[in-house]
Amino acid sequence: MRVMVFVPADKQSEAGVMPSQELISKMMKFNEDLVKAGVMLDGQGLTPTSKAKRVKFSGSQRTVIDGPFAESKELVAGYWIWQVKSIEEAVEWLKRAPFDGGVEVTLRPIFEPADFGRELDPELRAKDARLRVEIQRQKMS
Amino acid sequence: MHRAIEAVWRIESARLIGALTRIVHDVGVAEDLAQESFIAALEHWPTTGIPENAGAWLMTTAKHRAFDHLRQRKMRQRKHGELEQDTAGLPPAGPDPEASVDDDVGDDLLRLIFIACHPVLSQEGRAALTLRLLGGLTTDEIARAFLVPETSIAQRIVRAKRTLREACVPFEVPREPDLPTRLSSVLEVIYLIFNEGYAATKGDDWTRPELCQEALRLGRILAELVDDEAEVHGLVALMELHASRLPSRTGPSGKPILLLDQDRSRWDRLLLHRGLAALGRAEALKQPLGPYALQAAIAACHARARIAVETDWNRIVALYDALVELTQSPVVELNRAVAVSMAFGPAAGLELVDALAGERTLKSYHLLPSVRGDLLMKLGRHAEARVEFERAASLAQNARERALLLARAEESRTRPSNVRPM
Repeated sequence: MRVMVFVPADKQSEAGVMPSQELISKMMKFNEDLVKAGVMLDGQGLTPTSKAKRVKFSGSQRTVIDGPFAESKELVAGYWIWQVKSIEEAVEWLKRAPFDGGVEVTLRPIFEPADFGRELDPELRAKDARLRVEIQRQKMS
Repeated sequence: MHRAIEAVWRIESARLIGALTRIVHDVGVAEDLAQESFIAALEHWPTTGIPENAGAWLMTTAKHRAFDHLRQRKMRQRKHGELEQDTAGLPPAGPDPEASVDDDVGDDLLRLIFIACHPVLSQEGRAALTLRLLGGLTTDEIARAFLVPETSIAQRIVRAKRTLREACVPFEVPREPDLPTRLSSVLEVIYLIFNEGYAATKGDDWTRPELCQEALRLGRILAELVDDEAEVHGLVALMELHASRLPSRTGPSGKPILLLDQDRSRWDRLLLHRGLAALGRAEALKQPLGPYALQAAIAACHARARIAVETDWNRIVALYDALVELTQSPVVELNRAVAVSMAFGPAAGLELVDALAGERTLKSYHLLPSVRGDLLMKLGRHAEARVEFERAASLAQNARERALLLARAEESRTRPSNVRPM
């Protein structure tokens, strides 16, 4: 499964202030470990919202709003996409990240195509059920 | 809590087993010791919480048991006066394990990969052992992945461990001149696991994505450990590119959809770009392209075409020319024939396919009559095409593919020729 990890923005990141050399180096090591484990799929930093734009949708109306945006606690400063077997695995990896200071980092599973297909298709659901029966039968043989 | 501990296990187990193998010189014993420390974790961590450095906790616990094991082994052998034989039976010992400084963790993992994929083991033994020791999969999970009874997998693993022990296979990273063949063996195992998930040969499912993911993970790990071999990056590129098509490979009700009919907007662009990047890494090494890199380059041609008609078939033909020369494989020649038919027309392709008619190795290969049928359809020779599709269906082992081929046989009976690329 894939998980997206959202790194929250803060006053520093919004001000475009670079983190300390020590933190950068720890973060690089953390990213390296993720790559070496075959877990890292993607990871990017996002520029401060002073460079951002928003589009508001209302009926046929489109309004463009320029950043910066004030609510820095709700903003995202970066993201990762990880390939893991379970969300618990993603959590264990995230625990190893060099964050500090009470920051809260959210992880969310990404929808898989199978999530849409299997749940909605009665034929696939029936087939899954048959496969489960078959596996049980093999277990007992 | 249990799931969290299992997650830590998934992250740490391969490295742990690698380090232990280096100490006890036996993969089976190493796995048992690792399992013991996992059980210890299950006993203690619910009370104490998961330690801050969980990997180190497991390693320390396991190493204590490993040294105990070694001491007991020495004592037993001294008792039976076997101490002389001990050193003859074991592979050449390195420095005293009790005194050794922690080797590079990556090296242990790499050694474990090489030993699990050792050519002395059967192919299925290698695959099962790799998924077990490096994937951390349970016997049950491996059995479900390959659709064989759990007991068969258990036997394969036991047999593999015994073979390694009896052959006294050393725990080391192979050097020249053995490295190319040994590496080849590793890549073969990873690709086998991937293909089992990508185009399942048995059973009802057309694909089993979890196996693809496991193979991809192993490939990516290997690419970081052995980053100077183009074929490693080539294999990763090939897997990433193929995996990028998984979302579009099956239609509703699991019906298989062929490459040229796939909805390319459903291709996973993240994996696609990773695949192209991995191919770039392979090419940047300026080594001659091997079979995996060439296949990846072919897959990249498809990946770069926004729509099927934009495919650079000429380039694909050239890549297949190189691949045929390298592998001398009739299956590859068949694939080239398809590319030739796309670049130069069905008659040109059919000529090449007919030249393969006598190939012994293709006798039971369902894609030979399948391709022939397709080309005959394009040439308007419907009756002959139907015979080929029926023959192909009888040879196909995957139920979904069989159904697809029977449908094409039916189609050739009833409808006039339309342009239907393979």
